[in-house]
Amino acid sequence: MDLDDTPEQATYRTKVRSWLEEHKSEAPVLQGPGALEDEDEIIAARRAWQGKLAEGGLAGVTWPKEYGGQGLGPIEQVICSQEIARAGVPGILDAIGVGMLGPTIIANGTDEQKSRYLGPMLHGDEVWCQLFSEPAAGSDLAAVQTRARLQEDGSWRLTGQKVWTTNAQFAAYGLLLARTDADVPKHKGLTMFVVPIDGAGVTVRGLRQISGEAEFNEVFFDDVALDAGAVVGGVGNGWGTALTTLMYERVTIGLGGEGMGYNSNRFAAAIASDKHARRDRNVRHQLGEISSELLAVRFTGYRTLTALQKGQIPGPEAGLAKVTIVNGAIKAGDLIADVFGPDALADDSEWSYMISFLPGLKSAGGTEEILRNTIGERVLGLPPEPRLDKGIPFSELRSKEAAAA
Amino acid sequence: MNLSLSDEQVFLREAARGALSRFKTFEAAREALDGDESALPDLWPVACEAGWPGLLISEEHDGAGLDVFDAMLVLGECGRVLASVELLGHLPATAILGDAPAAAELLPGLASGEQRAAYLPARPPDDVEGSWSADPAHGLERAALASAGATDADGRVRLNGSVAFVPDAPGAQVLVGVALQDGRPIGVAIQAEDPGVTVESVTRYDSTRSLGHVTLKDAPATVLDAPEESLAGAWHLAQALIAAESIGSVETALDVSVSYAKERFTFGRAIGSYQAIKHSLTEVLRQLENGRSLLYYAGWARMGAPAEFPLAANAARSVASRALDQAARTMISVHGGTGATWEHDAPLYFRRAELSRRLLGGASDATDRVAGELLTQASAA
Repeated sequence: MDLDDTPEQATYRTKVRSWLEEHKSEAPVLQGPGALEDEDEIIAARRAWQGKLAEGGLAGVTWPKEYGGQGLGPIEQVICSQEIARAGVPGILDAIGVGMLGPTIIANGTDEQKSRYLGPMLHGDEVWCQLFSEPAAGSDLAAVQTRARLQEDGSWRLTGQKVWTTNAQFAAYGLLLARTDADVPKHKGLTMFVVPIDGAGVTVRGLRQISGEAEFNEVFFDDVALDAGAVVGGVGNGWGTALTTLMYERVTIGLGGEGMGYNSNRFAAAIASDKHARRDRNVRHQLGEISSELLAVRFTGYRTLTALQKGQIPGPEAGLAKVTIVNGAIKAGDLIADVFGPDALADDSEWSYMISFLPGLKSAGGTEEILRNTIGERVLGLPPEPRLDKGIPFSELRSKEAAAA
Repeated sequence: MNLSLSDEQVFLREAARGALSRFKTFEAAREALDGDESALPDLWPVACEAGWPGLLISEEHDGAGLDVFDAMLVLGECGRVLASVELLGHLPATAILGDAPAAAELLPGLASGEQRAAYLPARPPDDVEGSWSADPAHGLERAALASAGATDADGRVRLNGSVAFVPDAPGAQVLVGVALQDGRPIGVAIQAEDPGVTVESVTRYDSTRSLGHVTLKDAPATVLDAPEESLAGAWHLAQALIAAESIGSVETALDVSVSYAKERFTFGRAIGSYQAIKHSLTEVLRQLENGRSLLYYAGWARMGAPAEFPLAANAARSVASRALDQAARTMISVHGGTGATWEHDAPLYFRRAELSRRLLGGASDATDRVAGELLTQASAA
């Protein structure tokens, strides 16, 4: 039992570390003195930095070499992320594209799509967004209503709305799950498309959250024209293609745990700064409970890595780590606000931002309730809840819903 | 990166599961609660045959020379069947003795299990409380450690004091703990049969947990030349072991509850299909997985990062203890009224959980220690 690198991994780590030593002065400064402030400048600088990371082989570590990646495994990806964090520089801007959507295109896309989209995605020249969730389709993702209609010339026309779309405000493309046939059961009538965000009929609107900032967007599609080559993974195969993306999302979440900055050392440092709080039994007890669970997640991550190293793919139980992290961070924010008082909620406080961000994060990447359902069924083998939508054409479901309302 | 079990560890675990499966531990636990303590099988011979008493004793002294994580695997198996094997007391005692050259002659007998030792829990200082203390017989006020007189020419001292709720003390031949001599902690080994040593057997709530109140009146003891870190390490080791035992119990409690949730039908469907039941079982799984991960942390830290072992072991104790409480309560609710009756095993898990949480300083003290370790780290950074 060890947490050490193998000789090959150590060699790779040294290689990444020396590249970062050489180039880190070129990275954009996002915090502290001299930090960039203008949002457009930040994005431009981070895109350029992603391009440099890609040239240095620090982006798309697990992508096959033929698409500009390094052809390495998830362990090397983690080593690379650790070294980027250690160097104190930003990682790639388009983690969603490179981590989830690119791999989906690699697995399901056509040769034309691969050669057209993957290079610019990897280098940050074209940022991507994930257009899956809708106002009425989140946990029940297969209920998406955004409609793509086939035209006589083989092209498509797209109408509908997506939501919770990170990075859409500066994205060039989105990977979009649409309904192409409403007369078959809902999982069967779906198709995945590549959609240009600057296309006619596409509107991106920022969605402000509790913090007042807009980190997500709503994206509207009004009779948007797509050519036949926009289909990814075949017409009617959208659900299977979406599952590929969601599997990569699980890997990202399973390995990304502490990357969100919700770790016991950070919270302990905050409490340690108050000489009364650090001796208060009640504060200590809460800090101890929260920290124990967050430490556990760190080692759950190492267990996941061990499994990946043996060629196993993380299962849905990785979702439990997300539940632990989010709830632990919520309790930590609450505790820190109790200790610091109203100052913890000041506009420029890191805690105010965290406290505002977490209630939404509880539902991001799958609500806590749906994660617990999935894990209860797939991991514990508990029977599913009876479903009223099995085998019923989507159009019929919709008319039932309309009648009930 | 490798946090998987070695082939030897898998074998150790499977062998333990096999050996313990020959006994009806649950039935025995229930009968013992009814007053028939003779119903509890004596599992010490099983432990001796398997080599468990010598797990942490070096090969040089006839032990197996294995790591804390290996011992945790065995404790986990004991926890799975609520078995009463006197390892929680024995193993931390052997860890101290193994670090004390003066005690070398005791080790072969303890490694074979011919003799049994019990660890007198002694809580080391932390960032708030500067002194060592023992578990009290009652209440929140910590008890003083036994006090030692001057060391004589043979390296012997006389001890006065008492330690309450010592795991596995009844029947142990050697008691190993910490005493204060001129305000400084020293390791001590006591022969239980010596004059001035009294071990009062006590049972509280869980018939499978052997406990003793130990009183020392001018009791003779051998001074152990183990370093102070070793004396403190035994406390943290005991936290890691009871954590492993608790996680073992959570595993089987969850298995039983999940099986029942699949078989039991209400309103025409298995109760496990309802979110209320499914989510509460998933919560047990979440806490179980967190506990397991912390067992790996503790097992790794003991060898790979000794300075982190107190943090890891106490975090494991904290999470495992809550997990067992949660698992036992969930087991009772999932089984409906039956889960709260004498016929079912759920009350046995519940009794195990509620007593375990209060032993060895109590689970809340472990939780507090996690905070203390992290706050100290934060100030040093």
